[in-house]
Amino acid sequence: MSYMKEFTKGLIKENPNMVMLLGMCPTLAVTTMAINGLGMGLSTTFVLVCSNIAISLLKKIIPSSVRLPCYIVVIAGFVTFVSLMLQAFLPALYSALGMFLSLITVNCIILGRAEMFASKNKVLPSALDGLGMGLGFTLTLVLVGSVREIFGTGQWFGITIMPDVIEPMTLFILPAGGFFVLGTVIAVVNRIMKKKPREISCSNCPNAKNCFASGECPEKEVKEGGNA
Amino acid sequence: MELAKDLCIILLTGILTENFVLSKFLGICPFLGVSNKFSSSLGMGAAVTFVMVCASLVTYPIYYGVLVPLGIEYMNTIAFILVIAVFVQLVEMVLKKFVPPLYNSLGVYLPLITTNCAVLGVTLLNLTKEYDLLESVVNSFGAGVGFMMAMLIFAGVRGRLAECNIPKALSGAPITLMAASIVSLAFIGFGGVVENIFGA
Repeated sequence: MSYMKEFTKGLIKENPNMVMLLGMCPTLAVTTMAINGLGMGLSTTFVLVCSNIAISLLKKIIPSSVRLPCYIVVIAGFVTFVSLMLQAFLPALYSALGMFLSLITVNCIILGRAEMFASKNKVLPSALDGLGMGLGFTLTLVLVGSVREIFGTGQWFGITIMPDVIEPMTLFILPAGGFFVLGTVIAVVNRIMKKKPREISCSNCPNAKNCFASGECPEKEVKEGGNA
Repeated sequence: MELAKDLCIILLTGILTENFVLSKFLGICPFLGVSNKFSSSLGMGAAVTFVMVCASLVTYPIYYGVLVPLGIEYMNTIAFILVIAVFVQLVEMVLKKFVPPLYNSLGVYLPLITTNCAVLGVTLLNLTKEYDLLESVVNSFGAGVGFMMAMLIFAGVRGRLAECNIPKALSGAPITLMAASIVSLAFIGFGGVVENIFGA
């Protein structure tokens, strides 16, 4: 039963980008089309599950002082694997995602789960946690991608669904539309779930512990100094 | 002359038309996370610019001197992220030991930069655009300055937002993202500026 919980928490309750506000860059960048969002989401899910399993297995071997570089190398290895596979079997998706495929390496969701979950838990829960978080990420990407594609081009997964009388609003597939749609989606989720609104800050970042440890994180400075 | 013109085009494109944050969506986390104060935006922007320029200087010889001769170009992500992580750590230690004033103003942002996708992004972009060493450095510098400029502008916008009465569901992240959307919209206005200045 508890295994089930590890899986489902990532979907909605602790959704990595709508609730935890992590991994904003790919969420905004690749979601001009729903299909790209799906491809990016599934690639990230694969890397997340594999890296969670690997890190959970290696957690006793990796010394804690150099754990972040070790995690990053493990993650980068899986990312290279995924991008070579996509280049071979899905070249269209490979060129659509472009640089952001390599940048899965520095996606803070993956490093965050390695640091917060996989390094403390057994293999099976870590794999389920990775799967749930990855699918939650995919869900958001497809949602944002669908809204932007439908309003921006009048299509959904490449099929025209908007009637001709409604002119597509190009704004939605421009970068500005990405920020706006993601903001709106988070606002709607906050409203439905009656969640206390969260600010994007470095406390969400997996590196925050290193900053706070030295007591010099800019975010802490802001809190102490009151409103700037 | 031709070279200077090309470099100016690369620089201005990086700062204005292809701004890293507002049109390429790189480095969104620090852009949204640290921009709530003017001074921290300036420090973060300067630190990112510095690391970007150095990272492109370091990764260029590694790619063309090590990875290409060995025929393992596909290892670029792993090699680059390792080099950047090591380099950032090194800079932090050197600054802390030898230049404490600089460490206090820039060094505190360094741990955040290792996982900043803008730094890895700029090194990969230099490869895809096939820039030589000088062009890579100029492009990285432009990207860094563009990042800093976007952060400073946005810090001003957020200063105003802090005093506004915002609907409850929109407060926090949503209103920040919507404000970023409007700033990004303003940057669309720069489209074509560089081409017109240089008649390219």
